[in-house]
Amino acid sequence: MKKILLTDFGSTYTKLTLIDLELEEVLATSLASTTVDTSILDGYREAFSKLGDHGEIAEKLACSSAAGGLVVAAIGLVKQLTVEAAKRAALGAGAKVEYSYANFITKDEIEEIKTSNIDIILLAGGTDGGNTESILHNAKMIAEAKLEIPIVLAGNKMTNDEIEQLFIDNNIYYEKAENVMPEINVLNVDSAKEVIRKIFIEKITLAKGIKEAEKLVDDVIMPTPAAVLYGLEILGNGTKNQEGIGDLLCLDIGGATTDIHSIGRGLPSKAGVVFQGLEEPIAKRTVEGDLGMRYSANALYATVGNRAFQKYGLDNVVDKITFRRKNTEYVPENKEDIEFDVVMASICADEAMTRHVGTVESVYSPMGMMYLQKGKDLTGVKYILGTGGVVVNHDGIVEKTLFNSEKITELRPTECKILIDKGYIFSSLSLMSVRYPDIALRMMKKYLL
Amino acid sequence: MKTIVLGVIGADVHAVGNKILDYVFSNEGYHVVNIGVLSQQEDFINAAIETNADAILVSSLYGHGELDCRGFKSKCVEAGLENVLLYVGGNIVIGKQNWRDAKQRFIDMGFDRVYPPGTTPAKALSDLKKDLK
Repeated sequence: MKKILLTDFGSTYTKLTLIDLELEEVLATSLASTTVDTSILDGYREAFSKLGDHGEIAEKLACSSAAGGLVVAAIGLVKQLTVEAAKRAALGAGAKVEYSYANFITKDEIEEIKTSNIDIILLAGGTDGGNTESILHNAKMIAEAKLEIPIVLAGNKMTNDEIEQLFIDNNIYYEKAENVMPEINVLNVDSAKEVIRKIFIEKITLAKGIKEAEKLVDDVIMPTPAAVLYGLEILGNGTKNQEGIGDLLCLDIGGATTDIHSIGRGLPSKAGVVFQGLEEPIAKRTVEGDLGMRYSANALYATVGNRAFQKYGLDNVVDKITFRRKNTEYVPENKEDIEFDVVMASICADEAMTRHVGTVESVYSPMGMMYLQKGKDLTGVKYILGTGGVVVNHDGIVEKTLFNSEKITELRPTECKILIDKGYIFSSLSLMSVRYPDIALRMMKKYLL
Repeated sequence: MKTIVLGVIGADVHAVGNKILDYVFSNEGYHVVNIGVLSQQEDFINAAIETNADAILVSSLYGHGELDCRGFKSKCVEAGLENVLLYVGGNIVIGKQNWRDAKQRFIDMGFDRVYPPGTTPAKALSDLKKDLK
């Protein structure tokens, strides 16, 4: 019996899952508070003792979104092009993109970067052979400011030699990746994603005290959202030996953010539709920092307003919202408060989907009606996976991401099977899929379908 | 290598001429950034900024070119592309109009070269070679 222990150092909880690789079964799971303030090992030890005795464990892997996760700033030239490409690369690497800068960065912006909680800067700009001025200027600003934040250099390759020399001369730590947008509207995120992961493992986990966990686990291999995205790709696209389940979506509503992942090309599914704009990543992740159940409760209200709640027959919700923002650990017990949480989650799901999914608009032309698609067409998606407490415990929330006649231009899924991550094991299985894709895929099918 | 941005403006989906121009200019050694049909002014401009383009070549085949091209040059100037050449060609106006008047209207809009229906790619090619010297 070969056993693997998977640990997810989450922002709130440290979750452990013990799996038997030969029987392909979950043997035990346990949970304790994440303890980055003292030592991350405290929470781990507590959770580990709750697991019970299961004999020898052959392998121990971990992923982490503790200590604020991974915050990346994206820098590019044109907002809709290289800035957007850099953002997508960072999101795909499991980061939160709280800052993004276009054109030529200014001293004020450098000051903002300095005083922020940014872990990595993804520096892009220009297609290969294209604009050089913007990225050179921005690299100079970074060098002059002697920023101590690791840089991922992923812009116009013609500028690499000059920028590398500049960074070496000014002791700026950097790693080089391929251009995130080598040609107009061509997205190339894999290389930058891999470099971000490498820096995360080598530098960021160390700085945040997560590396310490490696005294007790073998490896902290990636940020949790990156693991989940990887697992979803395995589940959707399959492995070399096994079919996946096809295009799918994943909805995760948390206290601070609402994340949506989609796996699939999302190309136009109907005739006469023309795709426009930057290419979409096959594994796309969007993170909405203003849609959440607790930390972002106020932001949610500010974004959607009272109107959104009125649709669900609620009014004057400010007190309830403020209460949830102040009491982030709050778990509702009476029917009214539970229902209120479900309404909040429904609004988060609906709004996050609006921002994730592609749209189609009709264009009148002398040749008749033409259709223009921006973003991903997800109408043909067959499965939606729901994760996160509120989604797992209450019905009817995931459905809010489906086709809605009030939002007719959005290319949302029409007929979908809803899967729920009841045992909270999907992130663990995803982490495992990095090393054991076939076993992980069989187990995902077994536990979710 | 000189870079040109090529595309069909507005709600126009004529793809064939666009592909022919792409082929001709690529064969002549230009780096062609082809943004394709149904392209807005902003799409041309954004592509030109990122690729550091030397010229923008706008096609319009469906007769609404004059509406679609209004304000294009001003946006280029605003985006720092005042020195990027701006060409337009195709069936850029409708009806039986005096070509000289039509052409003048596009010149006044800030286009460097304006081509009537039936212009061969070779003409634009030789102009571009001259203009980009």
